[in-house]
Amino acid sequence: MKQSNRIKAMVKEEQEESSNRPDNTAFTQQRLPAWQPILSASIVIPMFVLIGAAFIGVGVALFITSRDIQLQELDYTGDDSEHPCFKCRTNTEKCTCSMTFSIPTLFKGPVFFYYGLTNYFQNQRKYGASKDDNQLYGDLNYFTSPSTDCDPYTRDSKNMPIVPCGALANSMFNDTFTLSHTVNGVQKIVPLDGKGIAWWTDYNIKYRNPSITPLINAFNGTKKPTNWPKPIYELDTTDVYNNGFINQDFLVWMRRAALPDFRKLYRRITHDDYAAGLPAGNYTLTIAYNYPVHSFNGKKKVVLSNVSWMGGKNDFLGIAYIVVGSMCVVMSIVMLIVYARFKFGEDD
Amino acid sequence: MSTSKVLKRLWFVFSSLLSPFPQGFDPPHQSDTRTVYVANRFPEHGHYIPQRFADNRIISSKYTIWNFVPKNLFEQFRRIANFYFLIIFLVQLMIDTPTSPVTSGLPLLFVITVTAIKQGYEDWLRHKADNEVNGAPVFVVRSGSLVQTRSKNIRVGDIVRVAKDETFPADLVLLSSDRADGTCHITTASLDGETNLKTHFSVPETSVCQSVSQLEALQAVVECQQPEADLYRFVGRVTVTQHGEEIVRPLGPENLLLRGARLKNTKEIFGVAVYTGMESKMALNYKCKSQKRSAVEKSMNTFLIIYLVILLSEAVLSTILKYAWQSEDEWNEPFYNQKTEQERNSSPILQFISDFLAFLVLYNFIIPISLYVTVEMQKFLGSFFIGWDLDLYHEESNQKAQVNTSDLNEELGQVEYLFTDKTGTLTENEMQFRECSINGIKYREMNGKLVPEGMTGDSPGGSSPQLVIHTNSCCTKLMSEELLFLKAVSLCHTVQISYNQSESWLGGDPFSHTNSFSFSHMEYYAASPDEKALVEATRRIGVAFTGCSGDTMEINTFGKTEKYKLLHVLEFDPNRRRMSVILETPSGGKMLFTKGAESAVLPFTTTGEIEKTRLHVDEFALKGLRTLVVACRHFSPKEYIDVDKRLMSARTALQRREEKLQQAFAHIENHLHLLGATGVEDKLQDKVPETIEVLRRAGIKIWVLTGDKHETAVSVSLSCGHFHRTMNILELLQQRSDNECAEQLRRLARRIKEDHVIQHGLVVDGASLSLALREHEKLFMEVCKNCSAVLCCRMAPLQKAKVVRLLKTSPEKPITLAVGDGANDVSMIQEAHVGIGIMGKEGRQAVRNSDYAIARFKFLAKLLLVHGHFYYIRIATLVQYFFYKNVCFITPQFLYQFFCLFSQQTLYDSVYLTLYNICFTSLPILVYSLFEQLVHPDILQAKPSLYRDISKNSLLSFRTFLYWTMLGFTHAFVFFFGSYLLMGEDTSLMSNGQMFGNWTFGTLVFTVMVITVTLKLALETQFWTWMNHFVTWGSIAFYFIFSLFYGGIIWPFLHTQDMYFVFVQLLSCGSAWFAIVIIVITCLFPEVMKKVLYRHLCPTSTQKSQVTTSSQILCPEPRASWAKLGRRFEIR
Repeated sequence: MKQSNRIKAMVKEEQEESSNRPDNTAFTQQRLPAWQPILSASIVIPMFVLIGAAFIGVGVALFITSRDIQLQELDYTGDDSEHPCFKCRTNTEKCTCSMTFSIPTLFKGPVFFYYGLTNYFQNQRKYGASKDDNQLYGDLNYFTSPSTDCDPYTRDSKNMPIVPCGALANSMFNDTFTLSHTVNGVQKIVPLDGKGIAWWTDYNIKYRNPSITPLINAFNGTKKPTNWPKPIYELDTTDVYNNGFINQDFLVWMRRAALPDFRKLYRRITHDDYAAGLPAGNYTLTIAYNYPVHSFNGKKKVVLSNVSWMGGKNDFLGIAYIVVGSMCVVMSIVMLIVYARFKFGEDD
Repeated sequence: MSTSKVLKRLWFVFSSLLSPFPQGFDPPHQSDTRTVYVANRFPEHGHYIPQRFADNRIISSKYTIWNFVPKNLFEQFRRIANFYFLIIFLVQLMIDTPTSPVTSGLPLLFVITVTAIKQGYEDWLRHKADNEVNGAPVFVVRSGSLVQTRSKNIRVGDIVRVAKDETFPADLVLLSSDRADGTCHITTASLDGETNLKTHFSVPETSVCQSVSQLEALQAVVECQQPEADLYRFVGRVTVTQHGEEIVRPLGPENLLLRGARLKNTKEIFGVAVYTGMESKMALNYKCKSQKRSAVEKSMNTFLIIYLVILLSEAVLSTILKYAWQSEDEWNEPFYNQKTEQERNSSPILQFISDFLAFLVLYNFIIPISLYVTVEMQKFLGSFFIGWDLDLYHEESNQKAQVNTSDLNEELGQVEYLFTDKTGTLTENEMQFRECSINGIKYREMNGKLVPEGMTGDSPGGSSPQLVIHTNSCCTKLMSEELLFLKAVSLCHTVQISYNQSESWLGGDPFSHTNSFSFSHMEYYAASPDEKALVEATRRIGVAFTGCSGDTMEINTFGKTEKYKLLHVLEFDPNRRRMSVILETPSGGKMLFTKGAESAVLPFTTTGEIEKTRLHVDEFALKGLRTLVVACRHFSPKEYIDVDKRLMSARTALQRREEKLQQAFAHIENHLHLLGATGVEDKLQDKVPETIEVLRRAGIKIWVLTGDKHETAVSVSLSCGHFHRTMNILELLQQRSDNECAEQLRRLARRIKEDHVIQHGLVVDGASLSLALREHEKLFMEVCKNCSAVLCCRMAPLQKAKVVRLLKTSPEKPITLAVGDGANDVSMIQEAHVGIGIMGKEGRQAVRNSDYAIARFKFLAKLLLVHGHFYYIRIATLVQYFFYKNVCFITPQFLYQFFCLFSQQTLYDSVYLTLYNICFTSLPILVYSLFEQLVHPDILQAKPSLYRDISKNSLLSFRTFLYWTMLGFTHAFVFFFGSYLLMGEDTSLMSNGQMFGNWTFGTLVFTVMVITVTLKLALETQFWTWMNHFVTWGSIAFYFIFSLFYGGIIWPFLHTQDMYFVFVQLLSCGSAWFAIVIIVITCLFPEVMKKVLYRHLCPTSTQKSQVTTSSQILCPEPRASWAKLGRRFEIR
């Protein structure tokens, strides 16, 4: 009966062109082939066990990796009156202080030398925006008329344009460090490598010096940032490829930190004598103390660290994986109990 | 000035403001009538004041090329959300804010453009249609000849010629046709869907002007009311000046040819245009689009307000904290970040306000900008599925379901009360004559014979009066009453005849053929199926109505032709509920035949077997038959003169014509002699009982509202399963006074408590209902709520709407749905939350005014249980998900303020802020909301109780909303603090010891967020078509590809190059990958847990039925799940 109706309908359809009959396709009838997964315990429990096991494994590996990383942290703010740098804390003149420390076992190389600041808000909006990317790209047009984003560090008191303008450049970190190794009672300077501390793209592409030699000529009619002791084209007079806007210390500073307590890479220790690492022994860190942090209760520190494939010492990832992995396993046990108790009810 | 006039004037002012072409009613002409000079021959002298009328252009389009941009923009910005974003955009333009105006301007532009494109496209279609209509060629009589012109050039007063099968280009008053009597036939199918032929008339003075030259000489003035939308009302008069003498004739709807109707069976007509263009009745009916809002939309707006409050409080909190922090000098202006002079000197209050606004801008994305446009697209695209559904396609009538508004799709899944009409909705509206009662004796029709009760057709004889008629036999046995009854039935109607070989008699005298015609070639067309059934029945029995020409009706009684002169027709109207004809019999007597509902006729009868007939009528009704009572009245010549005069004066009245007509009718239809009653059966539609049962199991309470008699209604109710035999039927009938009614209601309430029956049914009639509603609404509602089925009979159209409104406004605010097929259901359809029209036999009025239209009642089951369910879960999840993803989006930004001195530093780059909503997360949810199916449609129909799972807007309840919002906040905390802990004391994450900056941190959070938010939707998705796969994985892939591209280039036009290589650097470090995985899993793992535990501990019936679906369809072996594990892993 139904069949004949359908045939009748088809005949009818052929006769009438204006048939309103909707198309019988999977799409229009909402019957597209579809995968309909159901998150039921029988699938989720094994999945959780697998994931949990995998996570615990990964977590342990990460944790061990992180544990193997050595870290030496030296606070040199000098808040404590006993501290060798105490005298420099409020001193505005040039001031040098030194700290000694010892490394008990070989500090495996390559060793990275960081400086750290706390309570320092590089991530403020106005501060971060206070720069002129066109200047930093070496565009001479912006040397004489810097972007107003840089206010109030656009022009100096004599209305001369500042290059590089802005709060970010102006506040560049200017403590310098020397590290010496006491070998047989003699201080031996540990050579520090200032290359490769900034992002490759920053150094090669994003920042550029104007293509004028000597570099100083490009800066005619401009002033150095007010806080700087020397202009940008004298940041590293020994190496043209580390001078001006592509000075790597400058680049490191210009990549502002996400959080108020941050570290920045200062040097790498790659010299042949120390390529394998810093041998056990006594070391002296000499600090040319310039940068004021006292006013905002900041702390300054130096961090020596080596890295693994996953970066510096970071227990968080390992712990997180272990915790989440164990939770997965625990929860799968809970679900198993639930499943065992309620499965039969469901079947009824 | 009376109030109505004031109102009218206001209306004119209003309408001229609204309409694109101000119609310019100059104040002196704001009269209630308009004067139309035929052929625009204005009087040469005298007090003629020109009136201005609209031209004949039809403008259904909203915009023109010139005003599209401003008008569309204006309309879009009236939306609160768009306006909000415009404000944000302006704030960004004016003050220094953390993000550039582009970040909110671009999404806004996108949203506005998408909407504008959609609306522009729709308007372009309307323009095209308009141009086609306005440019159609028409023939107009101008300066003595027939001129072809375009439709839009017709002016009021022009004489228009329309040929056969053409549509009328304006509302015309018929002047003449090619027929001698000046009549023509039309169909109004495109206006109201009535396919029957209707006869329209011209006044005798003009009907003689059949040629252009004669029309040229015609001196006539038409006066009529100002345009109004009612298709069936027209009051006017025509004054024809002949030989210096003015003859006034009344004009009514039967003289008016409506624009859009089609000329049939008539070679050509001439008519004078009285209403043109936008003033024609068809155009006036364009409006009246229902402005219903769905429950989902209402909760959506509530949620928006809640989010606005969250936004404001976050902004206020941030501003306050900022100032609390800044009160310490070292944080206000550290040496490395000093303020400009201007900043130092600006007033603190201004500073505070601008900071507040800046925070507002920073957090503004918590209001989902693309929510509205996505919802609109979802509804617009999603509604196609209804029309496409083969199960909603009716083979016999070649009609598919029709969506008139897509705004209410999800409301179909929320229905709690269903109000249905009976005739044509539950029944076929295909009438079959079954029984009649003549002069107190019951007859049944058997094989074309009327058989008295208790007799079989083959045993004639006996002493009792009987009527056994063989078509060819002699009619000696026929009693005069019986013959009179049959004649009355075959004469008292407005049926039209179409001959199959109709061409042959066109224009000629139809009667010349009748003798040679066999009746089978005739087909009756009637507006009312009852009339058609009755006339067909009398033809079978032997009294055949064979034709109507001008004012002569012809019947053939057993081979003998009789001609009756039709003097007056007292048309049917729903209030009077009867119709009459006044005829001159062949013998010259004047007679009135009346036919109508028993309650509308019996009170006016004075003679005849009244009591017996009443009993019979009740018996018919008990069998579920539709009853009509037939009566007659003889007029003496003197009486007739009086009647004629009354009718004429009432019909020519320009003021209060209806009222006067009613009075005249009431006077005439009196002192009737009862002839008998008819019983016509209306078959139930296919699968009505099943559908009602299914809907009831879905938790929908069904009320049947009908104009029928109580007995008929109850019997149909029983046969269609609305009432069960086991039900305790409570009655509230024929209450005459308030007290009585209240007393009865209390008694019923008591019975409900005392009677230990599970189900109660209630029967109410119209009169009792209005009493109950007047004083005892609460009591009545209480009784109703305890009844699982309610039947209201003898309902007037407005009463139906009233009942719907009563339920709608009751404290629980249930969602109501009204189904109906006729004009009398329109008010109810418009009143209910969702109105559904049945494409039946009673015209298209209901369909036009409905929100959805279906061909049969049984389709309601799929429409509600499947489509309603689908749409509801889709849109509910869509709304919740939108809020969720925006909380996820913005909360990390809020948290970041605690780590950056509330300096309004954004966490994400501007481009990410801009594209998050319009690119990265928009498509998966759109595709989800178009294709999601929680449960297979067959199971939804097989298990109607699943409908209860989503009732009461449960997926958008405050609890669920809170859950999603809290989930959003939790996830945001996990994203942010996960990344924060990863950074720890800012150790290097790269194997070369270099450091990340703030943008890398933000990008990490953003990446985790995009993945989590997309996967969260993947977890919600039950129905993975290839499109879901494509957009889900595609969105994530697109995010990665886009970010690589965006970060890989120094963009010359961008102000800063902050994002340069950030993303690559992030991905190049292993820890970031491990972090992304762990954070995403941490967010989703409790979700999976929750789902599994809920499924096993307290599964909803929806979830239970999912199991059956999948075990039947997908995995015959549940233990094979291990093999599928790999694939399942993907979705996490």
